[in-house]
Amino acid sequence: MAFPHRPDAPELPDFSMLKRLARDQLIYLLEQLPGKKDLFIEADLMSPLDRIANVSILKQHEVDKLYKVESKPALSSNEQLCFLVRPRIKNMRYIASLVNADKMAGRTRKYKVIFCPQKFHACEMVLEEEGVYGDVSCDEWAFSLLPLDVDLLSMELPEFFRDYFLEGDQRWINTVAQALHLLSTLYGPFPNCYGIGRCTKMSYELWRRLEEEEDGETKGRRPEIGHIFLLDRDVDFVTALCSQVVYEGLVDDTFRIKCGSVDFGPEVTSSDRSLKVLLNAEDKVFNEIRNEHFSNVFGFLSQKARNLQAQYDRRRGMDIKQMKNFVSQELKGLKQEHRLLSVHIGACESIMKKKTKQDFQELIKTEHALLEGFNIRESTSYIEEHIDRQVSPIESLRLMCLLSITENGLIPKDYRSLKTQYLQSYGPEHLLTFSNLRRAGLLTEQAPGDTLTAVESKVSKLVTDKAAGKITDAFSSLAKRSNFRAISKKLNLIPRVDGEYDLKVPRDMAYVFSGAYVPLSCRIIEQVLERRSWQGLDEVVRLLNCSELAFTDMTKEDKASSECLRLILVVFLGGCTFSEISALRFLGREKGYRFIFLTTAITNSARLMEAMSEVKA
Amino acid sequence: MNRTKGDEEEYWNSSKFKAFTFDDEDDELSQLKESKRAVNSLRDFVDDEDDDDLERVSWSGEPVGSISWSIKETAGNSGSSQEGREQLKSRNSFSTYTQLPKPTSTYSLSSFFRGRTRPGSFQSLSDALSDAPAKSYAPELGRPKGEYRDYSNDWSPSDTVRRLRKGKVCSLERFRSLQDKLQLLEEAVSMHDGNVITAVLIFLKRTLSKEILFRELEVRQVALRHLIHFLKEIGDQKLLLDLLRFLDRTEELALSHYREHLNIQDPEKRKEFLKTCVGLPFSAEDSAHIQDHYTLLERQIIIEANDRHLESAGQTEIFRKHPRKASILNMPLVTTLFYSCFYHYTEAEGTFSSPVNLKKTFKIPDKQYVLTALAARAKLRAWHDVDALFTTKNWLGYTKKRAPIGFHRVVEILHKNSAPVQILQEYVNLVEDVDTKLNLATKFKCHDVVIDTCRDLKDRQQLLAYRSKVDKGSAEEEKIDAILNSSQIRWKN
Repeated sequence: MAFPHRPDAPELPDFSMLKRLARDQLIYLLEQLPGKKDLFIEADLMSPLDRIANVSILKQHEVDKLYKVESKPALSSNEQLCFLVRPRIKNMRYIASLVNADKMAGRTRKYKVIFCPQKFHACEMVLEEEGVYGDVSCDEWAFSLLPLDVDLLSMELPEFFRDYFLEGDQRWINTVAQALHLLSTLYGPFPNCYGIGRCTKMSYELWRRLEEEEDGETKGRRPEIGHIFLLDRDVDFVTALCSQVVYEGLVDDTFRIKCGSVDFGPEVTSSDRSLKVLLNAEDKVFNEIRNEHFSNVFGFLSQKARNLQAQYDRRRGMDIKQMKNFVSQELKGLKQEHRLLSVHIGACESIMKKKTKQDFQELIKTEHALLEGFNIRESTSYIEEHIDRQVSPIESLRLMCLLSITENGLIPKDYRSLKTQYLQSYGPEHLLTFSNLRRAGLLTEQAPGDTLTAVESKVSKLVTDKAAGKITDAFSSLAKRSNFRAISKKLNLIPRVDGEYDLKVPRDMAYVFSGAYVPLSCRIIEQVLERRSWQGLDEVVRLLNCSELAFTDMTKEDKASSECLRLILVVFLGGCTFSEISALRFLGREKGYRFIFLTTAITNSARLMEAMSEVKA
Repeated sequence: MNRTKGDEEEYWNSSKFKAFTFDDEDDELSQLKESKRAVNSLRDFVDDEDDDDLERVSWSGEPVGSISWSIKETAGNSGSSQEGREQLKSRNSFSTYTQLPKPTSTYSLSSFFRGRTRPGSFQSLSDALSDAPAKSYAPELGRPKGEYRDYSNDWSPSDTVRRLRKGKVCSLERFRSLQDKLQLLEEAVSMHDGNVITAVLIFLKRTLSKEILFRELEVRQVALRHLIHFLKEIGDQKLLLDLLRFLDRTEELALSHYREHLNIQDPEKRKEFLKTCVGLPFSAEDSAHIQDHYTLLERQIIIEANDRHLESAGQTEIFRKHPRKASILNMPLVTTLFYSCFYHYTEAEGTFSSPVNLKKTFKIPDKQYVLTALAARAKLRAWHDVDALFTTKNWLGYTKKRAPIGFHRVVEILHKNSAPVQILQEYVNLVEDVDTKLNLATKFKCHDVVIDTCRDLKDRQQLLAYRSKVDKGSAEEEKIDAILNSSQIRWKN
């Protein structure tokens, strides 16, 4: 349990400087509006902000009161208002209405908008249209890398997924490129770069362009991180759609980890209040169970509890002096551990209760059947029943997507009947959700062949310019087949098991899914790192519909130490799951690597489905 | 689907969270009930702890001094509580960031390098930075506006696009010929930055006629997608529909129009709007769904008016016993069916609110109908209706029990609605698969079924094992003993 790293495993770079950098930048921006001011903060930015600053810092820089940006009129009576927001149209409308209301009332104040992590031209356009451009000064706070843990950086941009993978909007590509540029400035160049996916390729190209423009900054720097691997979420939807069974993933699926911390409700704390708990490597108990299959966690926690008991018991029979030592030196640690244990035991109990109630066993069985591709009929009727009983709109949708991707689309008869029943059970407006899922390639109907859709052929006839090659790509999600079965075979994603898969002693990354499936994304990373290229993976790349979109870029770097060559930064564009993180941590321990994760946001199946869902209040 | 949104609202609004006072802080951790099994015995030792404050930053329900906490404070006492502020000040002295000196900008840029642990890389890093630290780290601020405004008007398309990427104000007015405009667009697309693509599109939208803009975008799919998303975001529905019409994307057009109904709250208006959607060029399959949506809302409005009246009149027993928890408007069909099975089960097919009428109108499959009706009637503990639901007569007049959803499901649903054992027993007995039957019977304590099944299986061992599970001296025990002692059974073990 709690496998140690190999003794030769490299040290992780110190990412805490990213926090200080962000904090200093924010302070600098606040100072641009001298004097007392009220600060309006967008809800989505509060948790990230909490991780790098606190109220006293804001107060020191003359922030008077704090408000949440919401659709209510502001009560602030301050002469200076500062808004800290994501670049969203609705925020601009809110600010504009506030400024215009002041104007009507004949009131003059100073307004400043700080966009995080960058401003968009569309936002400025709205300010201009609303007649407040010029009344409001705009700044950017390039805070796009939040270290959530020693090996995990998050951009905290959940909307990246929908914006790019559904709407095809590339607005965040510059943000990604800037973030990568910052990393290479701080931690040296990356001698080896690999990537797969369209968004990955574009981000990479823009990043390279930035490096060229600001040539010299990374020159001569010793690389600290030997490899960078970028991949698009749509290269592997399957893994993100599975139920998670490693502890951290399960906690995320059950309670939703938000910005590295979780709110445990009364059902976990066994009291009448909720408890906000930070989940990271500093939590000693959590750190040992986070990557474990859930079935191991109980045993570990009770062992831990027994040890703790034994340590407390030692105080019996101590003399005064020993007692004094015990109290001053050990007690605090023991108490801390005790608290941690109680919280995680409570969480486990609550998870067990919930999972038993929803027939988790049967659900997992169905998922495994889908992954392996047997008993498709049975799985389909399981999903149907799920829908008919109105179990959960998100779960039902997730299972349908899993069925669709693993089977290259639903057969038309099933598609129609499942869709009809879904609309009847959860509401007709989900017609829009189905249209979104189809566009994103998550839930499709099997086409009677590989012919192009009508729109596509019409478009390709029209195309005459040099962009011709790129046109069909624009429709890639519509026409592309997921080929999961073939990929799974090629990459051996379903381990052959003789006898029981021992989850206590995992032998491969499949343990994160109870030994039933090796996460596709992680397998690809493993294979490429082994070969230091895509060589020999042509067929897989083709099946992934990424023939033009997989690349390797190596610079001959003699300064790269062997230690740095075992540090790998994995970048997930569109989100990564805790299961994938656990799987790669496992791989790292096996091979003596250490992985560092950079993701646009932590995701899971429910978040993906919600992002596609059109039904909003 | 909005659960997280809702949760968040609750998190912000509920009084539970606002009521944070400084007095109860010591409870924060001792409130943590001791872990139930293993850690139990340690309670006394830990309860009288004196918490140290540093730890509480990450452990309290909402860390004191955190930004989220403070905003709730503002919201809570929208005036300014002087007292609270004072206490806040004293609390903040515990924060990890004690008294950070007000940094000048140079301080803030260089300060973090001091913390670096590896002296080896220190030199080169700061060297690299001394080049142009302001450029790469600090946003370009505080300069006179004119400095980043572009008056010279001679930037090439690629320079212009680069300036746009950096967020600088940049006049596009000099790109007047169509060729220049398109070159600008192509330049933006080739740089991949969606923000810049949109900026150019905003300019093109303003300076080109619709027809020309649409025509040019039709062969530039990346830009086209950006325009569509932009129009959706700013809510320019009219131009969006024009564009989709031009592109001949009829289905998307219909869906975009249909999407608008989500913004209409008034049920009558929403219904009228849905009526306008019925004729739109959806796929054949979706057309039927839209028609159903319209019909459903139409029905719901009638049922709602009628039932609200009945309920307030107070003459109808069912509404008195089980007051409605919510309006039926805009609920899914299955929920409506459940509602109708709950409140209007016995109504004749002719009325809009009768379950049979709903079933016919919306062609609800048998399975779905039975499942829903069962859940509704079981909730009312109307066991007679449940019975009737599964009873069929054959041509000879014999009755037979039949369930399109499988009797094991029936049993589960009945159990969920806490049906009495006699009822459960009857349906457990109807489960065909013997193993499933035995499992369910054991799970739901249908003793007779377990005993009889064991007897039929001639499984003496299992029966013996079961004997230990029933109460001593109970009728079940007697029955088991009688069977075990019977000489007529040839046990298989």
